[in-house]
Order: sequence, then C-alpha cells, then structure tokens
Amino acid sequence: MAEASKIDVSIEHKHAPEPPAKKHPNTCPTCGSHYRDDELDAALRVCGQCGHHFPVKARRRIEQLADQGSFVEEAADLRSADPLSFFDLKPYKERLAEAEIATGLGDAMVIGAAAIEELPCRLAVMDFSFMGGSMGSVTGEKFARACESATAAGVPLVSISASGGARMQEGILALMQLPKTVCAVEELHESGCALISVMAHPTTGGLLASFASLGDVLLAEPGALMSFAGPRVVAQTTREKLPDDFGLAESNLRFGHVDAIVPRPELRSTLARLLRLFGAGG
Amino acid sequence: MTNDAEIRLRDRLSKLSGLDLLRGARLSGELERLKRQIDRIEAEPTDEEIWTKVELARHENRPYTLDYVERLLDDWFEFHGDRGRADDFALVAGIGKLNGRTIALIGHQKGRDIKERTKRNFGMAYPEGYRKAMRVMEIAERHGFPLATLVDTPGAYPGVAAEQHGQGGAIARSQAAMAKLRVPTVACIIGEGGSGGAVAIALADTVLMQENAIYSVISPEGCAAILWRDAGERQKAAAAFKPDAAHCLELGVIDGIVPEPAGGAHQSPDEAARLLGAALADAFEALDDIPQAELRTRRRHKFRSMGVLA
Repeated sequence: MAEASKIDVSIEHKHAPEPPAKKHPNTCPTCGSHYRDDELDAALRVCGQCGHHFPVKARRRIEQLADQGSFVEEAADLRSADPLSFFDLKPYKERLAEAEIATGLGDAMVIGAAAIEELPCRLAVMDFSFMGGSMGSVTGEKFARACESATAAGVPLVSISASGGARMQEGILALMQLPKTVCAVEELHESGCALISVMAHPTTGGLLASFASLGDVLLAEPGALMSFAGPRVVAQTTREKLPDDFGLAESNLRFGHVDAIVPRPELRSTLARLLRLFGAGG
Repeated sequence: MTNDAEIRLRDRLSKLSGLDLLRGARLSGELERLKRQIDRIEAEPTDEEIWTKVELARHENRPYTLDYVERLLDDWFEFHGDRGRADDFALVAGIGKLNGRTIALIGHQKGRDIKERTKRNFGMAYPEGYRKAMRVMEIAERHGFPLATLVDTPGAYPGVAAEQHGQGGAIARSQAAMAKLRVPTVACIIGEGGSGGAVAIALADTVLMQENAIYSVISPEGCAAILWRDAGERQKAAAAFKPDAAHCLELGVIDGIVPEPAGGAHQSPDEAARLLGAALADAFEALDDIPQAELRTRRRHKFRSMGVLA
C-alpha cells in the first residue's frame, strides 16, 4: 500500500505482493466467484465454490444465529464521546457520524437478549464495518453490560468478535477497555455463567488481548486472522518472512490457542450444543 | 503565563482554521470550546511539551526496573522462567523487602548497551514473560505479598514465534490474573507504557505514573503510520492522543503522578528511586486501610467504569 511504502520501502518490496485492485465486495477474493447479494446472504455469506467466509455485519449475523424474532437489543442508545477532541485527517466526531450513517449502528458492537434453538443467551456481536470494529468506550461498555445482563438472567454470553483492535481516536481510554472487559468477564465467570467466544475475521490487537481470549470456549471461523500484532507490523519489525498461514485460525488451532474452527453453516448448531452443555440455567 | 496561554490558544486556533474539513458550524463550536478552555490550557502540556515527555520516557539513561529494585528493595530474589518453555529477560519478577516488608515485584526491563538490549529484547516481552508474571502473581497471592509492577515497554513483541506462543491470550490472561488477586497491587508506569504489553501488568488497585512517563494505546510512530499514513508525523500523533501523565490523570486512567528530579529521572536515579519508593510506600499504606474483601471488588469496579460516553 502507498502509505506503507513511506515507512520501509525495502521490506514492502521484499515481502509484500502488490496490493490487488479493489474487488467488488461480493467477489470472492480467493477464487474470484461473484455472487448477487441475495445469493450470498442465502449461503450465510460463504463462497459456494471455495468456502471463503465473507464478512458478516452485526445485524445479519444475529439473523443467522438467533431464533427468528427472539433478539431484543440492549443499550442501543450508547454513543461515543470525543474526550481527546481527536483529529487526524478528519475529526473523530465526523468519522463517528459517517460510520453511523454508513452502517446504521451506534458503534461497533450490538448486544442483546436472544435464543438459539430455544436456548436463552445473551449476544455481543461486533461489526467490522463500523470503523474497523475498533473498540472504544462504547464497545467496552456494551460488552460489560452484556456480561451483566447475562449474569442477571443467569444465561451464557456468546460474543462474536470482528475487530482490528483498540480505537486509536480514543487514546488511552481505548486501551483501558482491555482491563474493563477483562474485569467484566471475571465477574461473569464468578457468577457461574459461561462465555463462548467466537472469533471472526479479523480478531486482532486489543480484542485478542482481552475478552475474546477469555471465553470458556474459543471458536474461530475458517481463515480468520487472529493475531496480536498484524502481519505487516510483524514483517516490518522482525524482517522475517512470515509463514503463509501467519496468525490464521488454522495456525492458532495447531498451536493450541482455540478449541475448534467452525464453518459458518455449523455455527448455530454448535452454539446450541454448547448452550445445552453449559446449561442455560447458569 | 497569560502570555504563554495566549500563544498556545492562538496556535490551536490557527491549526483549526487551517483545517478545510471543518464546516462552519463545527468550527464555531470548536472555537467556543477552546474559549471555555482558556483557563485550563494554562495547566495543560503543549504539543511540544508532550513530545519532550515522549523523548524523556525513552531516554537511554532513564532508570529501568532493576535500577529501582537495586535502590529500593533489600534481599531481592529474582524468579526465572515460566515453568513451561523459557525465561523471558524482557520482564523481570521477584520478591524483596520494601521498608522491611516482603513484596512481589514484576517489571519490564530494557538494556543499557547493545548486548543487553538484545538480551532484554528492548523491553518487549514474549508470552513467556507474561506467563512468568502470572506465576509470580500466584506466589504473591498464596503468601499475601503486596504486588508492585513497574511498566516500561514499547509494547509486547510483535514476532512470529510470539504469535505462535499465544501473545494475545497471554496478555488477556495476565490481566485476568491481576483482576483475581486479593492482595494489594500498585502499578507504576516508569517509562513507556506501550499498549497491551503494558496494561498486561497494570490492572492494579492504584496506578501511578512518573512525571515524564507516557501511557498510550499505540506508539506515536504506529499511530502516525496508520492515521496520517506517514510515520514521520509522530509528533502530531502524540499531540493528538496525549500519552502524558497529566492527561492520563485527567481522564481518570491513573490515580497519581510520581514526581521526578528536575530534568527527568535520568538526571539523578537515586533521587528518582527515593521519590518512587516513597510513592509506592504511600500507595501500599493507603491500600492497607481497605479490608481485603473489598479490594478486589473496588479494583474491578474502578476499571469497569473507565471510558467516556456521550
């Protein structure tokens, strides 16, 4: 990418292939198959030819997982403040407003009560299309409230993460969402409720270093990038050639960091099985 | 002072009017906000002062964890290894006596010369380092030793092996281990508090920061590379995300600022150690007054309430 070439030209040339031309979002980046929106949605946004998992927006994900009509959203009115009056190339407030218009979401996470195969639970679902799914004060607060809501109802919490990490525009307060969500998980666990953490592409940085790694069960979607440091940062820092499967779900499974890789068509039934095992009664 | 403040205000205003992205309404709102802040600006560090602090926090002669250990703790015994895979020299952990009382201490450690810097991996820990930290937290808990942590890292090491050994999970579990402790805990940022690698050992009852330390979600260079698309804009980035102690205190992220000798801790490591030792002793003394049963709840509640909502 152009911006990276200014940082370290040699490494970019040695290790990074030329960035591909931007493809249509419905064109499979792996095999090039192209789908209509309705086709892709009907297939749970999984490529029928090669099995590539396309990103899923939060509301669509909830439709895929929860029993029809069971989802009741909580804390939908939370919005980010701009405590640092941050602006880089644009004011943070403007970025927030644009993201809200583009996604129809208040922030990068949607939480609420739901049932999966008639088993009650709480859902905390992230949306990568809202500022890269970055975690700021609102996402941290929503996750903490989802934990408390699950505790109050005595049901398990299912989190679906898709995030690049902490939201830089909130500075140190974004970093503080790591200990905040960790404390929330501790309280949830002590109340006897389970956390089932599903990691979609990507779950990197602050997400992997906080609640997403603390589930009683850790599941990953095929091909999801799950690394603390991104591949570009690692390549630039270490000047090593990265393995082809660097940080991917498959590599994480091999090294013992996740319990299972679950293809999207099996996710709902897998979650239902876990909800039955962990007991919806807390 | 008034003159200074005016210069700073004018500086900020000139930056604002130079931003063509701001629309009229937004601009006038911003001007109003700035006017309200005229008085506060006096106390706030300027962009240049923030960058000076970044440089001081990274100063090559700045005292590191073991420099403080040597000056503050008697009978220091260092633990080695995570009992699983390796010993990580970027993170030291041990027990020693602070004013006659045994405490556990965990801290990042940087090196002074090239050889030691390589050995210490520039203070960037692998998951093995955080696992060693968790092991020492368990010892502290078992024996009722108060825990002090000294944070000084550019960040957790971004490497292939570090990822394969579970860097993200180790940082998450290290925080969780601190959230579980029933013993009093005090963390102090003594140099660079870089992102997840820092917060992994900073989930403490009392979090302090030395006057010239920085605590941030990403390095100024990293932030500039991503948001400005140019790592050279690091000063702008630092000014935007405000990693200095005064701002961290204002945002409720830390509980206190530890003074340093004039010109920075490297000017007099002995004096810096005396000031840090006094701050740690005060913090532990204050925590002694809180019943043990309440400590953990209070700590979790403190971090639970961090963040600013609209």
